[in-house]
Amino acid sequence: MEPKLETRGLNLHYGAFQALRDVSLSIRPRAITSIIGPSGCGKSTLLRCFNRMNELIEGVRIDGQILLDGADIHDPATPLTELRRRVGMVFQRPNPFPLSVFDNVAFGRRVHGMDRSGDLAEVVEKSLRATHLWDDLKDRLGMSALDLSPEQQQRLCISRLVAVEPEVLLMDEPCSALDPIATGHIEELMFALAKDYTIVIVTHNMQQAARVSTETAFMLLGDRVEFGRTVDIFERPKDKRTEEYVTGRYG
Amino acid sequence: MSNVLQRELERLKKMILAVCAVVEENVGRSVRAIETRDRELARRVIESDKEIDRTEVDVEEECLKVLALHQPVASDLRFIVAVLKINSDLERIGDLAVNIAERAEALASRERIRAPIDVVAMSEKARAMLRKSLDALVTLDPKLAREVGAHDDEVDAMNRENFAKIQQEIRADLVDLDSLLQFLSVSRYLERIADHASNIAEDVVYLTEGNIVRHKGSAS
Repeated sequence: MEPKLETRGLNLHYGAFQALRDVSLSIRPRAITSIIGPSGCGKSTLLRCFNRMNELIEGVRIDGQILLDGADIHDPATPLTELRRRVGMVFQRPNPFPLSVFDNVAFGRRVHGMDRSGDLAEVVEKSLRATHLWDDLKDRLGMSALDLSPEQQQRLCISRLVAVEPEVLLMDEPCSALDPIATGHIEELMFALAKDYTIVIVTHNMQQAARVSTETAFMLLGDRVEFGRTVDIFERPKDKRTEEYVTGRYG
Repeated sequence: MSNVLQRELERLKKMILAVCAVVEENVGRSVRAIETRDRELARRVIESDKEIDRTEVDVEEECLKVLALHQPVASDLRFIVAVLKINSDLERIGDLAVNIAERAEALASRERIRAPIDVVAMSEKARAMLRKSLDALVTLDPKLAREVGAHDDEVDAMNRENFAKIQQEIRADLVDLDSLLQFLSVSRYLERIADHASNIAEDVVYLTEGNIVRHKGSAS
């Protein structure tokens, strides 16, 4: 199976500090891949590479390749806005815009000039259905998104991404601001979304990685130490450092 | 959190090793009771099995507690799974020692006959397998564990030979039938002990390497 996303020999420096070291990784399409590792290991940096968000930071230097469907994402032929439409990001803290529920979901389509094609209301409904928000909010589409519960806000942010028909969803600690029940709901949602999208999740919560993902990468000090089936990482890791981290003996 | 888990695992290891010691001793004593027709020794084996049964439950409860409270992964998870399985193999070996001890009691109540089979040789092989598998557990040595499986075939062969010998003796003379049947059972019990020792060795391979080597012809 061709990987959806792939890095080859990826190095990233923040000034003199090297945050990623020769990272090579193949991410399977329509599956959930998690990236785990202690704070500062480079996992969020790696995630942000996939839609070129690190380039907003001053002094960042990247070499090596990042391929989306086999094409280099740094190729000038791939416009950045198009890349970010295809590869969306869900953040740690839900970040709805101070707009209505409807306008939040419609936002991306308007930005990407997609609102002219088809019925916007239809897309909003479909996107809210995808995150199971529709039944709760269909009569309150005009309410401010800021008045939603944290879980609903996170679902809304995912709806906002889904509305622009992405292919990859990057999730950076998407449940860390949620309680265990809401976390369970978002994980269920991830399973449902993985039928249509490629999901890459960065998480500190190892049990979450074990529960949701089919493949797991363990990173340490910028190195991709081990990458494989999640069940192998958590039952029989090959690398001693992975073993020490997942069993809590690290550090 | 990890230190608490490590302490729990250490405790569990001590518990299972204590069971190992009692079980190993009981197997030895039950065979000695057969050799010497020592009713008292046989009774002591039967009596001390209650302690093995109690500890089996304690070990299992401890494993379940660690699983529920600490959600262990990787080598910690494999350790718990291996201990759960080894625990039940040890309990079964304990029961088989009791079965042998009961045969010793039965033999002691009858007129002494010449042993039709070499119980000592067979028991030494089975006990060596048990010791080796337990040593492999203590030292977490998969190489040692893999050696155990090879000996299982030898014990199986001895059991088949014993069956043939006893069959022959029964055909020759029915007078000692009851005693001969006791020896047939003892041979069978020793063969089962060797099987359980093999299981333990296979669990040690899983624990140390993460490979399930069961049902693959031999443990290599």
